[in-house]
Amino acid sequence: MTVPKIHLKGVCKRFGPKVVLDGVDLDIMPGESVVIIGGSGSGKSVTLKCILGLLMPDAGEIEIDGESVVGIGARARERINAKIGMLFQGAALFDSLTVWENAAFGLIAGKGMSRREAKEIALEKLALVGLDEKFAMMSPADLSGGMRKRVGLARAIAIEPEIIFFDEPTTGIDPIMGDIINELIVKCTEETGATTLTITHDMASARKISDRIAMLYKGKIVWVGPTGDIDRADNAVVQQFIHGRAEGPIEMELRRL
Amino acid sequence: MTAVQTIGRIFLAFLEIVGQVAVFTIVAVTHCLRPPLYFRLIGRQMMEIGYYSLPVIALTTLFAGMVLALQSYTGFARNSVGAESAIAEIVVLSITRELGPVLAGLMVAARVGSSIAAEIGTMRVTEQIDALVTLSTNPFKYLVAPRVIAGVVTLPLLIIIGDIIGVFGGYIVSIYKLGFNPTLYLKTSWDKLYFVDVNTGLVKAAVFGFVVTLMGCYQGYHSRGGAQGVGAATINSVVSSSILILILNYLISAMFFGT
Repeated sequence: MTVPKIHLKGVCKRFGPKVVLDGVDLDIMPGESVVIIGGSGSGKSVTLKCILGLLMPDAGEIEIDGESVVGIGARARERINAKIGMLFQGAALFDSLTVWENAAFGLIAGKGMSRREAKEIALEKLALVGLDEKFAMMSPADLSGGMRKRVGLARAIAIEPEIIFFDEPTTGIDPIMGDIINELIVKCTEETGATTLTITHDMASARKISDRIAMLYKGKIVWVGPTGDIDRADNAVVQQFIHGRAEGPIEMELRRL
Repeated sequence: MTAVQTIGRIFLAFLEIVGQVAVFTIVAVTHCLRPPLYFRLIGRQMMEIGYYSLPVIALTTLFAGMVLALQSYTGFARNSVGAESAIAEIVVLSITRELGPVLAGLMVAARVGSSIAAEIGTMRVTEQIDALVTLSTNPFKYLVAPRVIAGVVTLPLLIIIGDIIGVFGGYIVSIYKLGFNPTLYLKTSWDKLYFVDVNTGLVKAAVFGFVVTLMGCYQGYHSRGGAQGVGAATINSVVSSSILILILNYLISAMFFGT
């Protein structure tokens, strides 16, 4: 049996009295593209942050390539994170740097590559996401939301990661740009053969980029299966979510009228 | 809730913050001392913290020296004591020992501490600090260490320049307004100035540079909740570093001159 690329078992996280993750189990195989769907505040981002080591889970185990990553030291974490690229929801570009310096950041600061060499790779990756050289010297502040996401994607794939995380890749941009980003994600992951984990609440995006979908609800994975099976899923929570119905088992944290 | 519970809760919250600051300081200092260092970033921060603060510091110390000469002359005139040599001494000692470092420290806290807190705070709330971590870059090494090192190195340099300009301010008022003898004034200033006076000023400057940059980084690093959080971090950085500057200034003075 192959070792899963990412292995989560019984991951729990609470903030004060609020339980956000209540035993998340999920295995992601090498080369697979998994999407976690779930409503706002269901703990999707917290799951990602626990895997990245930005948050420390209260209980449970997280393994990357069979190696436990909970509570490891800063050096070991840097080595693990060198395998991981991440596209943030708001792109999280460094606004003190130009576009190409952003794309080259992981190479220069993380891997210690020379600026000249890193710039060549950065321009190549920027071209891959459809940004030509005239954007390279611009400041991220001068770009639109969709453009920023593209730069964020170029930055994530520049270090040629084995694993890529996408945090709400289509949120906050128009549907056409969203679809372009989806296609870029599919193209980039196919070309690099990376394992990807995406969190989103955009079903169109989830269907397009995933091999498997997992539904996170009340801190647990309530359903997981191949993308094609989701419409036939025998789970009221999943059915309510994918059809976007207001009525159903999912209760939003609102006061009833 | 009883009064005891309230006091206990406030005290515990206070201890928690003290602990958090202590841990942050230790981690920051280790990253300042342990290679690799980003020299390019240190250079940029030295420009930002040192060079661009020069006009503000020059103006502050110039007017401090001027008003000092003016007011001490009034005091001496009332008591009809020989003012000429005393004023030069008062100006040069006050500026180098106390006013130079403290005023410059406060100006830098307002100018640099706030901008560090706002910049790092914005990076925190827009996930740029998380992005650094995912790109295998330690935020302490990349953001905190260059600023702290630049603060500790450049503030003493700023103070030396500030001291000279402050003494010059006193000189201008004494010569052109009060009609003193220029040669005598400069000679007294030089004679009355000992190494320890300048030395304490420089020790203070290095400590203040450390406090201002560290508090800016700490407040920014721990900011939460969007624009409002960044605003709060900015305020807290200026207030906390200003208070620390005044307290530490007394302690260092007591240490050097307190016999």
